[in-house]
Amino acid sequence: MSTPLVSMEGVDKHFGTFVAVKNINLTIDEGEFIAIMGTSGCGKTTTLRMLAGLEQPTAGTIRIAGKLMNDVRPHQRDTPMVWQSLALFPFLNARENVEFGLKMRNQPADIRRKKAMEWLDRLGVVEFAERNIETLSGGQKQRVALARSLVTEPQLLLLDEPLSALDAHLVIRMQSVLTKLQRELGITFVYVTHSQSEAFAMADRVIIMSNGEIAQTGLPRDIYREPANRFVAEFVGRNNIITGEVAGVSGKKIEISSPIGRFKLNADATVPAVGDTVTFVIAADLVEVTRAKPKADNVVDCSLISEEFIGSMVTLFLETADGTEFKVQLQERELATLDHNSGSLFYLSWKAESAHLLPAETNK
Amino acid sequence: MRSSSLLTGVLRGYTALLFVFVFAPIAFSVIFSFNSARFPTIPLESFTLHWYETIWADPDVWQALRNSVVVSLCTSVLATALGFATAYTDYRYNFRFKSAYLALVLLPPTIPLIIMALAMLAWFSKIGASGELWSIIIAHTVLAAPFAMAITRLRLNQMDKDLESAAWNLGASEWRAMREVIIPFCKPAIISAAFLTAAVSFDEFAIAWFVSGLNKTVPVLILEIVQGNIDPQVNAIGTFVFLVSITLVIAAQVFFSIRQSKVSL
Repeated sequence: MSTPLVSMEGVDKHFGTFVAVKNINLTIDEGEFIAIMGTSGCGKTTTLRMLAGLEQPTAGTIRIAGKLMNDVRPHQRDTPMVWQSLALFPFLNARENVEFGLKMRNQPADIRRKKAMEWLDRLGVVEFAERNIETLSGGQKQRVALARSLVTEPQLLLLDEPLSALDAHLVIRMQSVLTKLQRELGITFVYVTHSQSEAFAMADRVIIMSNGEIAQTGLPRDIYREPANRFVAEFVGRNNIITGEVAGVSGKKIEISSPIGRFKLNADATVPAVGDTVTFVIAADLVEVTRAKPKADNVVDCSLISEEFIGSMVTLFLETADGTEFKVQLQERELATLDHNSGSLFYLSWKAESAHLLPAETNK
Repeated sequence: MRSSSLLTGVLRGYTALLFVFVFAPIAFSVIFSFNSARFPTIPLESFTLHWYETIWADPDVWQALRNSVVVSLCTSVLATALGFATAYTDYRYNFRFKSAYLALVLLPPTIPLIIMALAMLAWFSKIGASGELWSIIIAHTVLAAPFAMAITRLRLNQMDKDLESAAWNLGASEWRAMREVIIPFCKPAIISAAFLTAAVSFDEFAIAWFVSGLNKTVPVLILEIVQGNIDPQVNAIGTFVFLVSITLVIAAQVFFSIRQSKVSL
């Protein structure tokens, strides 16, 4: 196996007594599109800044292309970053901004200009080359910022929530610009975001961080369907989380007894023992809603509390008699087939294989 | 509605009075500088350029003007550089006793000028540096640097905190980032500070009078003329000094507002 482009081993970062990042172990291969996702303060931006050399790890090692980077100054690295604030130089026009990295590498003016114009052209903003940065729209600035960080043709591009200031429709367009660029250039992208849709839509591999630690690393689909712990289950998507006691085990099939009923599910790796307390999740989109009581294994009766309509999808918020909350996601047209005017009682059901058992050690 | 229009009226009157009090003496000085009478009395006599001709022909005035120009130019450069360095230190670094350091930095303008002047004189004579042109320059730099610091600091406040990191990230060493990003960004404030500190120095009398010795600056010369007798020459010199200062201050203001409207230079 070839050496990974980036490897972080046991990396800690403290700010005074505050632990921002704790024991990060991570390898990133060449050409990968990695998204680091988490809430604000989870350490994702600090991790990115350590890759850029803007923060130095308190402990552990960071290698890029096999070279130990812990003490390499930011300007001696080739790890350009796209900033949340864009950080375009307001006293330079668009072209001069793009030229900046080449100028710092003492490239002659004519080559700088040519390369800058090529990149502005590639990102579709060449007509604004001589324009003052302040006169560009958010999307145009974003493209100039991208061109500025790509003009030196780095191996690794760091992106710190670059789309968070854009309108929703622009975000979608920039996402496709980014994925297309990444595929064409074969550059490794490390993309920090708090947005699940951005991370899942673009990344090959997603890293979820929580409280300075990596909570889960995996393919977007695996993270979505098989969260490794309660944090990820709550953070990603709309999951219903149920805790109960194992009442019976037969092979991989287990039965769980909880205050809201008995449920069957399949354990995928380690099978818990009878009497263990376990937690499992059912994704909101894997739950069936019916008016009549279905003949199924896993049924809960709920009353509807509220619904959230976001276009083609609707989320229903329901509650059982003892106050346990359930979320169900369904197509708007499916909802239309449910009889809406016969009270608020609904039956929820799911297949045993739809439930996902969380590993025991994380059931804190 | 009625009370608010009354309030507006009162405020307008107050503002007008304020301007009258500030500018009336200056206006009179300007008017009398063109008046042929030897004493500033009303009614005015005839219009004359005589007093301007007198100062034009006076080598003492020229010498004082040369001194003032040299002093304010040097002060401007030194104070602006010092002010920029202090502002950047405050922007970039955190250290123990920083608030004490900043208080000390901003202290000079709050000290009564006469006390500062006396202290400067005492200190300069102690180290054998009094009565030189550069002693005035040093004293004025101390006085003017805090203004430059305040203006530059305001500008740095408006800078995206990622801008400097972005320069490093794109391959600029710290010095290079200073030259390519921080200074260009602060340029309007730096120019503004240069004009303002020049004005502070050009106008300053108390310190210059104590420290200057034989190297009189224009304000010191004015006092000497006034001490001798009432001479309308003073009005002519005063008018000139006023014009220079107001030009410098307005220039400072103009560059300051360019910064506000974000037009790049």
